[in-house]
Amino acid sequence: MNGSLHLWLIPLLPFAGFLLNGILGSRLPKWLVTTIALLAPLAAFGVVLSAAQGFFQTGIGSLPYVETCPSPWINAGTLHIDFSLVLDQLSLVMLLVVTGVGLLIHVYSVGYMSDEEGYARYFSFLNLFLFFMTLLVLAGNALLMFVGWEGVGLASYLLIGFYFHKDSAANAGKKAFIVNRIGDLGFLIGMFLLLANFGTLTFSEIGAKLGQDPGWQGGILTVIALCLLLGATGKSAQLPLYIWLPDAMEGPTPVSALIHAATMVTAGVYMIARTHVLFDHSPFALGVVAVIGAATALFAATIGLVQNDIKRVLAYSTISQLGYMFLGCGVAAYSAAIFHLMTHAFFKALLFLAAGAVIHSLGGEQDLRKMGGLWKKMPVTFAMTTVGVLAIAGFFPLAGFFSKDAILYAAFVQGGSGLVLWFVGLLTALLTSFYMFRLWYMAFLGKPRGEVDHPHANPWSMAVPLVILALLSICGGWIGSERFGAFLAPSVGTRSTAGSAQLELILSIAAVVVALLGWFIADLVYRQKPARAAELAEALPGSYSLLAHKYYVDEFYGASVVKPLFAVSHYLLDWVVDKALLGGTAWLLGGTATYAGAILQRWQSGNLRSYAAWLAAGAAALLLFVVVPWATVLAGFGIHLTMAGH
Amino acid sequence: MNAINQSILTLILLLPLAGAVLVALVPDRRKLPNWIALITALVTFGLTLHLPAHFVLNQGGFQFEINMPWIENPAIFYHLGVDGLSLWLVVLTGLLAPVGVVASWNAITERRKVFYALFLVQQTAMFGVFLSLDLMLYYGFWELSLVPMAVLIAMYGRKDGPKAALKFFLFTFIPSAPLLVAILWLYARTGSFDFVTLQILIAHGNFPAGPLCWIALAFLFAFAVKVPIFPLHGWLADTFSEAPVALAMVVAGKLGLYSMLRFHIGLFPQQALALAPLLIALAVIGVLYGACLALVQRDFWRLLAFAALSHLSLIVLGIYGFTLTGMSGAVFQILSHGVVDGALFLLLGFLYDRYASSQIGDYGGLAGKLPRAATLFVLASLAMIGLPFLSGFVGEFLIFSSTFIGVSRGWAIAASLGVILGAVYMLSLVQHLFYGPESALAASKPAKDIRFGELAILAPLAVLMLALGVTPSLWLPSIQTGVHPPQAKVSAVLPPSVLLLPSFSIPSPGEGQR
Repeated sequence: MNGSLHLWLIPLLPFAGFLLNGILGSRLPKWLVTTIALLAPLAAFGVVLSAAQGFFQTGIGSLPYVETCPSPWINAGTLHIDFSLVLDQLSLVMLLVVTGVGLLIHVYSVGYMSDEEGYARYFSFLNLFLFFMTLLVLAGNALLMFVGWEGVGLASYLLIGFYFHKDSAANAGKKAFIVNRIGDLGFLIGMFLLLANFGTLTFSEIGAKLGQDPGWQGGILTVIALCLLLGATGKSAQLPLYIWLPDAMEGPTPVSALIHAATMVTAGVYMIARTHVLFDHSPFALGVVAVIGAATALFAATIGLVQNDIKRVLAYSTISQLGYMFLGCGVAAYSAAIFHLMTHAFFKALLFLAAGAVIHSLGGEQDLRKMGGLWKKMPVTFAMTTVGVLAIAGFFPLAGFFSKDAILYAAFVQGGSGLVLWFVGLLTALLTSFYMFRLWYMAFLGKPRGEVDHPHANPWSMAVPLVILALLSICGGWIGSERFGAFLAPSVGTRSTAGSAQLELILSIAAVVVALLGWFIADLVYRQKPARAAELAEALPGSYSLLAHKYYVDEFYGASVVKPLFAVSHYLLDWVVDKALLGGTAWLLGGTATYAGAILQRWQSGNLRSYAAWLAAGAAALLLFVVVPWATVLAGFGIHLTMAGH
Repeated sequence: MNAINQSILTLILLLPLAGAVLVALVPDRRKLPNWIALITALVTFGLTLHLPAHFVLNQGGFQFEINMPWIENPAIFYHLGVDGLSLWLVVLTGLLAPVGVVASWNAITERRKVFYALFLVQQTAMFGVFLSLDLMLYYGFWELSLVPMAVLIAMYGRKDGPKAALKFFLFTFIPSAPLLVAILWLYARTGSFDFVTLQILIAHGNFPAGPLCWIALAFLFAFAVKVPIFPLHGWLADTFSEAPVALAMVVAGKLGLYSMLRFHIGLFPQQALALAPLLIALAVIGVLYGACLALVQRDFWRLLAFAALSHLSLIVLGIYGFTLTGMSGAVFQILSHGVVDGALFLLLGFLYDRYASSQIGDYGGLAGKLPRAATLFVLASLAMIGLPFLSGFVGEFLIFSSTFIGVSRGWAIAASLGVILGAVYMLSLVQHLFYGPESALAASKPAKDIRFGELAILAPLAVLMLALGVTPSLWLPSIQTGVHPPQAKVSAVLPPSVLLLPSFSIPSPGEGQR
């Protein structure tokens, strides 16, 4: 590749947009704010495209392409951290997704947010997000990745809390940040361990050192991988740290689409793929990744069955789909995981944006129970949602079919425990199909329920991104997982597959059958006899309430962590230790010096002469010391002797 | 240029004092004292910038040095000098002076002459602490830095000034007495107050080990109270909630931490090393204890006090880990903490000026009314909780990583839990002040966002938070020249400290192996 590539422009263009709109936005005319906000991702996307084009012209040998700033970022003692950006197959795919989908969602936001008060603030935060996200993707070392990692968390915090006058929004933003911090602690400790054992945080150097020592398995590598995994579960909303994502739906819907579905939450998957050499050297850590992924996929899907808020259904679906990606990583099928990451970005962004169009038209209504029959009033949105639902359910030949299939296939051919993973994945596919069609039936079909405003048409700026994303959701998988895997192989390695084309076909058919079954059940319950859902809930009150309360996980964390922490801080530390013990001791000691206090009281009078008296006394003491120093020194000796107990 | 280099430190030291005299002489009219103080502070800050501009990185030792006999008997020298350790602390002190004046502009309405005169005396005292290389001279400035503080707290306290001043007095003046005795003991043995001479003599073992232990302890005690270190922090919360903002932002931290590095570790490396396990334990306890208490405070000054306890304890952890990385991180973190805490104090001071309450519960929903204040407060809070690319992160990372690798994994992990708690209390504070529905108090007053003059002082602080985070390499090389000597000395004397704490049973190759 040519040396005139300017990777640093990719993050810095959105950053410039953030600064311009963030500082001057409130004083600029709206069209200028829009122009700045859209130019930033457009230009970044352009740079990524030109880089991709250059790569396809010169061929595979020219990657990875590294760009390093001549002066280091941190250089202290033995620690040396560079600003280095790396473009390889993995970061190229990720960048295309991030800037491409990011651009579409920026465009969509122009229409969606046009009536909002904080228009400039919104776009400056959105640009800030792109800055940190592209930095995360391009980072050549773990610490720079961590900058992007925490930075996207910041952007997420700011955007979830965009409607800051709402307590629920402010709480959700704070919760997201804090839960992510818990994960980030794992990431940090992982970095410390990398520094201690490799002496570097640069990904390529870590890979090279591991390459020299192929027999190095498990042990410290397992610990490092598990620490990094903790970070990934925070950012990608996996068990046990997924609790922030459903609440994050308090943010504006395009934000949910971009940050909390298509891009930021996939950062954990990206991070595992980026550090895959560590995981490859630790079968145990890989197993944990797979189990967490499978468990989260199933767990979130079950909760998704009973949610009534359209965005929350999609949120749990996102958690579940991220679980698929983790499952893919866990069976070392990194390319399949990234493939699913890409297709998921398309169809989940589509679903969220379509849901946004619905919410926008209904004047902010998000409750599925109050929708229904919208297909007549919003035919385009209905068509788009249909594409998204078919894609996520995994119907041939839509994008989700290919990527989900690749992950399930990879799990299956692993054999042994892989079969269990495959079965859980298949079960999740059934549930996914069911709750997505449930959403489809409840929102768009049947009779209109509840009182809604007149749905109004959405502007072109919202329609065009929807159409593009729908096309991508249809065609995005046609490249095929094998060709995609071959492309990514230099970055994430290849795995030998023991299966055959025949087996793959059978598994694919099984997946589609399961999806059809999900549709069929949803049809039974929500179209043919809408009362059946309530009957079902009544028949199984225990299970229903368990699901409706999301397994009481939030309540559990509240009772086991949050409340004890505050109780101990308040009663034990503040009252007993600080006020009673330490304060009491100080008070006792202080009692002996009340006299000094009495003098000090006089200062309050503001009588300047008393300060002068103090200064004079001090000067006199100093003078005494100057004139007869030995007397003072002897006094010092005396005190020393008593102290030492001689 | 040579003449300037010779006299620059004297100029920096005496200019605020001259300003104080001028303030005392002019009439208290038309904010004249304010303007004189502001101009003095700005010019002094300008002078301090001469130091980094002409600091020679690879020279070693002290620069801009001036060493003249002052008093013959006892032999007190007017000995000033700057090295990598004190270089940026002097600049920081210079920077915070105009910040303090602006913070007091509207807060101090009565007896302005006394306030600004003493404020400027305090500046001289702080410069003196950072610059003095003669122990007696240092002690004089150390004491001098306490006097105006106590007087100003008593006179200008918000509600209960004299009581807080008494507490401050008891906590900080009393430990200074053993410090004086210790300095005099050293003089009695050697006939010298000179830092460099004493450093060499102690390193060569010219003192009996037993008494030296007590001497080192006397030094440490005075500094530990001033920082403060848990459990000696009793004065901090009352001082923060009573002291005028301009003084509260400088009262804790840098003087004590600098003195630890220069005089405790610098003079008594072996004794310091022997106490390191204890200090590390207290530091980690302080990090968590301060954070936990910050969680449950209802008054924002007290919250800031316990947050400061938590962050300052982290710096102590970096200092007594005795690694080059950790010590550099510690000094860097002092700078960052000074800037961030200064900005937070300013902003909370503005809120207090406007709404006359420090109860967090009285506030709410201010972001809509005061967007600029909200933005800056969020920025400072993020810098405080160590968001990467803002100032707090670099120091934290250096301290944590060096502790983890070179000292103890268990302590490092325990301390890093403070990172999570830090996010909890700072974001809760942000939420309670600025987000949610507008409170009755917020609705009752007209919205007055940050004015131009206030922005003129806050904007540079904001830029500095960003610059410290993105380009720490502007500061770290010079800082390292200052903390390297004590570290090298310790390593030469004794093997690296091994601490008794549960840690993973993983072989650690240590920092040196690369």
